[in-house]
Amino acid sequence: MRHDHPDGPTRLVTIHPLIVRLCHWGNALAILLMIGSGWKIYNNAPLFAFTFPAWATLGGSPSPAWHRHGDIGYAGALLWHFAAMWLMFAASAAYLSYGLLSGHFRKTLLPVTPAGVAHDVADALTGRLDHRLGVRNQVQRLLYIAAIAGIILMLLSGLAIWKPVQLQELTALFGGYDTAREIHFFGMCGLVLFLAVHLGLTALVPKVLPPMITGRGYVPLDVLEAESRR
Amino acid sequence: MSLIKEHGRITLAERPAIRDLERRLFLRQGLSIGALTLLTGCDVTDTDAVDGVLRSISRWNDRVQAWLFNPNKLAPTFAESQIDHNFRFNAFYPESKAPVIDGATWRLQLDGRIADKRPWTLAQLTALPQESQITRHVCVEGWSKIGKWGGVPLGRFLRQVGADTTAKYVGFTCADGYSSSMDMATALHPLTIMALTFADQTLPRKFGYPMKIRVPTKLGFKNPKFITAISVRDDNPGGYWEDRGYNWFSGI
Repeated sequence: MRHDHPDGPTRLVTIHPLIVRLCHWGNALAILLMIGSGWKIYNNAPLFAFTFPAWATLGGSPSPAWHRHGDIGYAGALLWHFAAMWLMFAASAAYLSYGLLSGHFRKTLLPVTPAGVAHDVADALTGRLDHRLGVRNQVQRLLYIAAIAGIILMLLSGLAIWKPVQLQELTALFGGYDTAREIHFFGMCGLVLFLAVHLGLTALVPKVLPPMITGRGYVPLDVLEAESRR
Repeated sequence: MSLIKEHGRITLAERPAIRDLERRLFLRQGLSIGALTLLTGCDVTDTDAVDGVLRSISRWNDRVQAWLFNPNKLAPTFAESQIDHNFRFNAFYPESKAPVIDGATWRLQLDGRIADKRPWTLAQLTALPQESQITRHVCVEGWSKIGKWGGVPLGRFLRQVGADTTAKYVGFTCADGYSSSMDMATALHPLTIMALTFADQTLPRKFGYPMKIRVPTKLGFKNPKFITAISVRDDNPGGYWEDRGYNWFSGI
């Protein structure tokens, strides 16, 4: 089906398959739950000289939690954290398996080269970046690769501090318990940064959002042709 | 909601200036509670349905951890030079409220599926073969400290008093109103000890004199202090924090 569009002739195609959308939103929910509950866990024994604002944390508001559990909401945060980890694990495992086995990663995340990234950064800064649906520039690809690596890092460093005896070899790989805990913290910072950039770019180019919900969108024919040649 | 009620009471103050100030505070508190609900769904945790689901997942996590627990895997041990000398006091009350126990009259009571339930004196326990360990105490809050504990391996003691080691749980009662419990596999782990010393000295009051359970394969709150009774049983005795929503198994 052809369609008139400012980007030239387009066709309605599946941009994000169902499995990718399920993994995306599953992980989105899991990451928000992990950050909210993680911040409350952090606040109970801060690594650094600051705490996160209570309104941004998850685990139960202090007063009803105290009434119910005799705890100021810390138990709730732990329950959330170790429940959401399963969602994060399931969504990530499904996404990684699909991405690696189906060729999805190869098609959508590669190639990424320093020259390509530099070129696309320059384009972005001069307002010449191609924002048409179906086009993934190299900065975007690099960002998504970093986010995927970040999630894997969070899962592994999380396991290392959750099980420093049973999985002590993994903990040792992260430089011991205390270092693994710090890596888990800085990994969180990286994911928060990614979230800010990801949401910011979505706000700048909002037409990318509906396809992540419905899966479909009008992709310019020349973009489709370029993709079919890869 | 109780925050609003508390501030509602204060707004009864008669002076207009204070009343105005309190009114603004009232609005701000109301707003922050609204923000909590909207942004993070914090109140969601406090509903029975969500709480129930979260606790079911926690029971599932108990099973996963029991499966992951290797009874032969020892906790990492450390050198004397790595010991943290500023070990911290931790309890649900301030240090000044820690119980003062007379070691001469203290008795360890035994209960449940144990053949010989005669109570033990501190002298009798001290006369048993002792073992020590330098291991990492990992708190549920995230911080950790390396310390040295010495005492009687719990598994050896349980076998000596004729405990039924096919029972599922071992529960601990404490003099300070605290309690905890663990699975039998962990109780029989070679590094799970009835600690009588800390840093080669008699266990100090703040760390649970005369006896604490040192279990380096579990989080700190599963290491109860001021032990007065040990029971072996098939129904889960729970514990102080476990009953308040902390994961029961809490293996590390």
